[in-house]
Amino acid sequence: MTAPPPLLDAHLVADRGTFHLDIRLRIAAGEVVALLGPNGAGKTTALRALAGLHPLSAGHLTLGGTDLDRPERRRWVPPERRPVGVVFQDYLLFPHLSALDNVAFGPRRRGADRRAARARAQAWLDRVGLGGRAGDRPRQLSGGQAQRVALARALAVEPTLLLLDEPLAALDARTRLDTRAELQRHLGAHAGAALLVTHDPLDALVLADRLVIVEQGRVVQEGDAATVTARPRTDYVARLVGLNLHRGRAEGRSVTVGGLTLTAADSVHGDAFVAFPPAAVALHPGRPDGSPRNVWPATVTGVQRHGDNLRVQLAGPVAVAADVTPASAAQLRLRPGQRVWAAVKAAETRAYPA
Amino acid sequence: MSRRPGQRVPLALLLPAGLGLLFLVLPLVGLLARAPWTSLPRRLAEPGVRTALRLSLETATAATVLCVLLGVPLAWLLARVEFPGRRLVRALVTVPLVLPPVVGGVALLLVFGRRGLLGSWLDATFGITLPFTTAGVVLAEAFVAMPFLVIAVEGALRGADRRYEEAAATLGAGRWTTFTRVTLPLVAPGVAAGAVLCWARALGEFGATITFAGNYPGRTQTMPLAVYLALETDLQAAIVLSLILLTVSVAILAGLRDRWLGTT
Repeated sequence: MTAPPPLLDAHLVADRGTFHLDIRLRIAAGEVVALLGPNGAGKTTALRALAGLHPLSAGHLTLGGTDLDRPERRRWVPPERRPVGVVFQDYLLFPHLSALDNVAFGPRRRGADRRAARARAQAWLDRVGLGGRAGDRPRQLSGGQAQRVALARALAVEPTLLLLDEPLAALDARTRLDTRAELQRHLGAHAGAALLVTHDPLDALVLADRLVIVEQGRVVQEGDAATVTARPRTDYVARLVGLNLHRGRAEGRSVTVGGLTLTAADSVHGDAFVAFPPAAVALHPGRPDGSPRNVWPATVTGVQRHGDNLRVQLAGPVAVAADVTPASAAQLRLRPGQRVWAAVKAAETRAYPA
Repeated sequence: MSRRPGQRVPLALLLPAGLGLLFLVLPLVGLLARAPWTSLPRRLAEPGVRTALRLSLETATAATVLCVLLGVPLAWLLARVEFPGRRLVRALVTVPLVLPPVVGGVALLLVFGRRGLLGSWLDATFGITLPFTTAGVVLAEAFVAMPFLVIAVEGALRGADRRYEEAAATLGAGRWTTFTRVTLPLVAPGVAAGAVLCWARALGEFGATITFAGNYPGRTQTMPLAVYLALETDLQAAIVLSLILLTVSVAILAGLRDRWLGTT
C-alpha cells in the first residue's frame, strides 16, 4: 500500500547572500506542519520561497500536482497566481483599508465582484469573531484582533497552502493564549495544507501535527511532537524541550560519553544519543553509595532561577544541567566552582540510535 | 522664561539663525510697508490683474497635473525597478533643478520651437505650435517644477514598507493593481507634498516661461511676468501684483498643508 501523494511536495533550494537553504518538505491535505528553528535558520526564506517572494535556485515546489517553481524547467509561477495564503509576522494589514476591505482584497483580486467579495469578507470576519469591527481601520484594532483579521484575509482566498510566519510572536502572553486556541480551531477547519513557521516550541507543539526542525538551512529532525520531545537529535532541540543530550557509543545498555559510561534504560548498539531531564539529575556533596546508578564528579559553573527550582550548570566529563529545589541548594551551599557528585537513575536515561 | 538642561542655544548658532530669519522676512515686510494701501481696491479691480492671476493659477495647476501624471510613474521606476543607468537617469531628472530657468526656456525652444527637433514635426503633422501659447506656459512650468515632484515621490516610495506590496501579491494582485490599490494610497502624503512643492514652483516660474512662451497679456503673461513688466513702468502696480501673488500662494499652501500634510 502506498500513501497518497502529499498536497505539497517541495525541495526548497535557495540562496540569500552567503546563506544556503536546502530542505525537503511534504505536507498532506489537512495537515499542519511546523517549521521550527532558531533565528537565521532559514525558516523565513523557506516561507518566502513557498509564497513566490523568493525564487528557488534549484529543487522544486509542487502544490496539488502543479509545479509552482522548478528552475531546471524554467517554471515559475508569480505569487499573485499561486493558491497560497500568507499570514505575515506583523500581519501587514493595509493601513488605508478597513478590516472588511482588507479581507475582501484577495477575493476581489481573484475575480469576485465588489459585492460578492465584501459578502465573503464579512462571513470570514464573522467566523473569526470580528463581524462587528468590519469598518475599523487596522490601527484601531488590538494586536489579537489584527492577527485574526490577517488570518481571515489569508483564508478568504481559500488557499491550497496556508503559510503562517510567527503568527503569535507579536502578541503579549495573555492574548497569545487565547489567540493560539482560536488559531488551532481555524487550522483544524482548513482543508488544505498549512505550514507554521515559528521559533516557539509551544506554538509548534500545540498547533502542528508534525514538526520539521531546521538549523543553518537544513532539516535536522522531523517527526510528531512525542518523538521529537522524547528523542531530540540536536542541542537546539534538546534545549527547546528541556533535556540534557549527549552523543556517544552504545554497547547494549552501556553508553560511553566523553570518558564516562552511563547505564541507560534502552539497549542500543553503535552511535547513540543519551537524553535525560535536568530534574532527573541529583546532586550530592560526596560520592553516593548504594544502588547501581550513573554517578560522576562535577563542578558547578552556574546557578539560575528556573521556575520554582534552581537550574545548576555542571562541568565535568559531561556538561549537564540539573534542577534542584531551593532547599537542597541551600543544604549543598551551591556556588560556582564548588565540586559535587552528580547522579542519574538508569531508568530515566534514555538511549536511541544516532 | 523656563530654562531646561540641553535647551541652551549657543550664541554662535543663535546669531546667524536670527540674521537668516531677518534676511528672509525683511523683504516681505518691505513689500507690506510700501504697499499703496489707499489705492489698493481700485488696483485690484483692474481686469489685467485678474487675468494674470487666473492665468497663473490655471497654468500652475495644469503643470502640476502634468507633473503628477508623468512624474509619479517616473518616481516609481526610479524607486522600484533596477535597470542599468538608473543613477544616470536620477541625475538627469534633477538637472532642471540646477539649470538656470532661462537656459531651460532656450532648450525648450530648441526642441518644441517651430523649427525645433519635435516642434517642426508637431507643426507639420498636427498643426500644433507650443511656443508663445498658454500650453507653452504649462510646458515651461512643468519642465522646471517636475523634479520637485519626482524627488518627493521617490523618497516616499523608498520609505514605504515594500512588504505591503508583497502581501498584496500573495493576495492575487499583479503589479499594476498593487501600484494603484496599495502603493499609491500608502505614499499619498508624499505625492501630495510633492504636488504642493511642484505647484508652488510652477506658480513662481519666470525665466523659462518668458523665454519659451513670451509675455502676452491674457495668453502667456502670468503673475511673475506681469510683476516684472509693471516694475519698468509703475512701481506701485508691481508691489500690488507681488502682494497678490504672495497672499494667494501663502493662503493656498497653508490650506493644503493643514488638509493633507498634517501639521509640523
